[in-house]
Amino acid sequence: MAGHTDLTAGVLVIGGGLAASWAALTAAQQGADVILVDKGYCGTSGVTATAGVGHWYLPPEAREAEIAARTSAGGGLTDPDWMHRTMEVAWQRLPELDRYYPWPVRDGQPVRNTSVRGPEYMRVMRARIRRAGVTVLDFHPATELLLDGDGSVAGASGIRLQAGGTWTCRASAVILATGGTAFLSRLLGANNNTADGHLMAAEAGARFSGMEFSCFYTLAAAHSTMTRSFPFMYGTYRDCDGSELAFEGPRTGLPMIAKALIRGPVTVVLDRMPQPTRDRLPHVQPNFLLPLLRKGIDPFNDPFPVTLRGEGTIRGTGGIALTGPDCEAGVDGLYAAGDVASRQPIVGAASGGGQPNSAWCVASGTWSGRAAAHRAAQRPLAAAVAAAAGGSPSPRPVGHRTGVVGSAIAAEADTEEIRRAVSRELNDLDKNMFRSGDGLRRSLALLDDLWTQARAPGDGSAGRDDAGRAALRARETAALVAAGRWVLNSAIVRQESRGMHQRADTPARDPEFTATVRAWGLDTVLTAVEPKIERQARELTSPVRAAS
Amino acid sequence: MIELVIASRCIDCDRCVKVCPTNVFDAVPGGHPIIARQQDCQTCFLCELYCPADALYVGPDCERPEPVDEQAITRTDWPQQYRRDSGWGKNRQDHPNEVWYMQQMLPEALAIRAQDASDASQDRTTPADQPPPQPEPEPEPPHQP
Repeated sequence: MAGHTDLTAGVLVIGGGLAASWAALTAAQQGADVILVDKGYCGTSGVTATAGVGHWYLPPEAREAEIAARTSAGGGLTDPDWMHRTMEVAWQRLPELDRYYPWPVRDGQPVRNTSVRGPEYMRVMRARIRRAGVTVLDFHPATELLLDGDGSVAGASGIRLQAGGTWTCRASAVILATGGTAFLSRLLGANNNTADGHLMAAEAGARFSGMEFSCFYTLAAAHSTMTRSFPFMYGTYRDCDGSELAFEGPRTGLPMIAKALIRGPVTVVLDRMPQPTRDRLPHVQPNFLLPLLRKGIDPFNDPFPVTLRGEGTIRGTGGIALTGPDCEAGVDGLYAAGDVASRQPIVGAASGGGQPNSAWCVASGTWSGRAAAHRAAQRPLAAAVAAAAGGSPSPRPVGHRTGVVGSAIAAEADTEEIRRAVSRELNDLDKNMFRSGDGLRRSLALLDDLWTQARAPGDGSAGRDDAGRAALRARETAALVAAGRWVLNSAIVRQESRGMHQRADTPARDPEFTATVRAWGLDTVLTAVEPKIERQARELTSPVRAAS
Repeated sequence: MIELVIASRCIDCDRCVKVCPTNVFDAVPGGHPIIARQQDCQTCFLCELYCPADALYVGPDCERPEPVDEQAITRTDWPQQYRRDSGWGKNRQDHPNEVWYMQQMLPEALAIRAQDASDASQDRTTPADQPPPQPEPEPEPPHQP
């Protein structure tokens, strides 16, 4: 099944969800020759495809109040400029969907600040990018970036999952839009979100911010992935003793349910949902009832067990720290869009789930797509290829620099055990929702040890039919461990409680930490606390230390 | 997890092979697609949505396979449920897309909870100066329609 494709593109977009599709669309509209490579199928990939998403869609006069509310909710870590810009792009671009998506109509006008149904939205975006001339390569996960001799990003390489073999794509600019990661919590639609883009960026030298804000959770039936939360707001909850929990809303209710879940099973019955809402529920959230009815559960009359699924950096905040207004990722030629990028500038320490994150996908996709297309026009690939032919060294896969390469993998059984261990440490309620310094340090010690296993050359699988899949799985595993270590290091450094980051040993907010925590590195993870007000002004002199 | 490719319905269009985000299916030349990597299924149900023949069945449990009887499943409306309720394919004509109602659900639910709590506190014979519980403020800023 071996085989190899050599590709070239002006702009290479890695990922196939909402941000990737807006980025590819924009770059193509700017005249760039665009290839989009996705691990799955662009249209069903990513967490938008299974959800219903609203956007931050606010007229200019409503934005100041929204920014004030989000600044407060985000613990003062947001940046009004980024919020303004994000809202403005969403305001400009959402009307483009009018031709394709049936908005509800009020007083003859489309209501665009309502929820958009995920499967239809992503189907529309796939059609739009193909019409714009983007080459879409499904089942082509990227595993490594290519770097030119001057350190700039020159493309990527990866695996052909369905055709077998490998691919390499040289490009003038690369946009990472691989999504956040929920650390395999079985969050709906998130199994492919294994921080692959985070690892590629880190190998090229990118840094991360806000990774400690990765402790948001969403309710689901215990057997189910179906993290559609609104129907659960009508529920009556009982703990393992049969006592009713005083659920008053998600903010106080979810931690209460979490505490009860640590003691034992919690059940819910959606008995407070009025009949008219029950009747329309299948047409509001067509997937919500699927896993309940098939389990023989009548959710309005039968109590059923619930769980809380971790959202990691998806409805959390952290990701690649952007270094410029066009979503520059801190490495020449590399851009980051959507959930793989840090959303701390727009939501701070609070979740960006729903409206801000979707608007962010539109906006960051737009900025990165435009900038990448501009770069491709300025630095056409033909010149780079000619330079290489003239004696310049050809781009090298950056993965080899760190030893984390697709072909060198841990034994398969180890890989599965490592994945389970990372998922536990980054999702268990008593470790990640209710944090403490000691607990975080225990988890980090475990993950530091896993890192040495995840990156160690293993038995290899070359020659096997599923060699590509096995290599991808090993690569995903290394990425999950790496991302987990940035989370834990950042959470350890932030010795206070703010937003979703709540630590039992430091329960109060500390003004010293009205600041950004950055984390970077692979074998050695470094962190820095960067006072927000001075972030442009001086070099980082605040605590910088090696992990473990 | 994906459990069935229903042979009596499958039209061999291989759309499931093409759209499954976790690459669970393999095409079979001259035959129906097979479930080649069940453990990779993320229980997102999107294959059912895309299947034009209602020939797929995804079980409700996301952690482990639950083998089912194909005859029993074909007697239910489960294989067509997601596509029908989403208004895809032949259901497009008369489908009410009410996704906009999602925005009303949180305020509606919180209002009902507040009312229930208020009723409960009035029913009690506790001192009258006990204030009724207040609803938790909405977490989303108030810009919804």
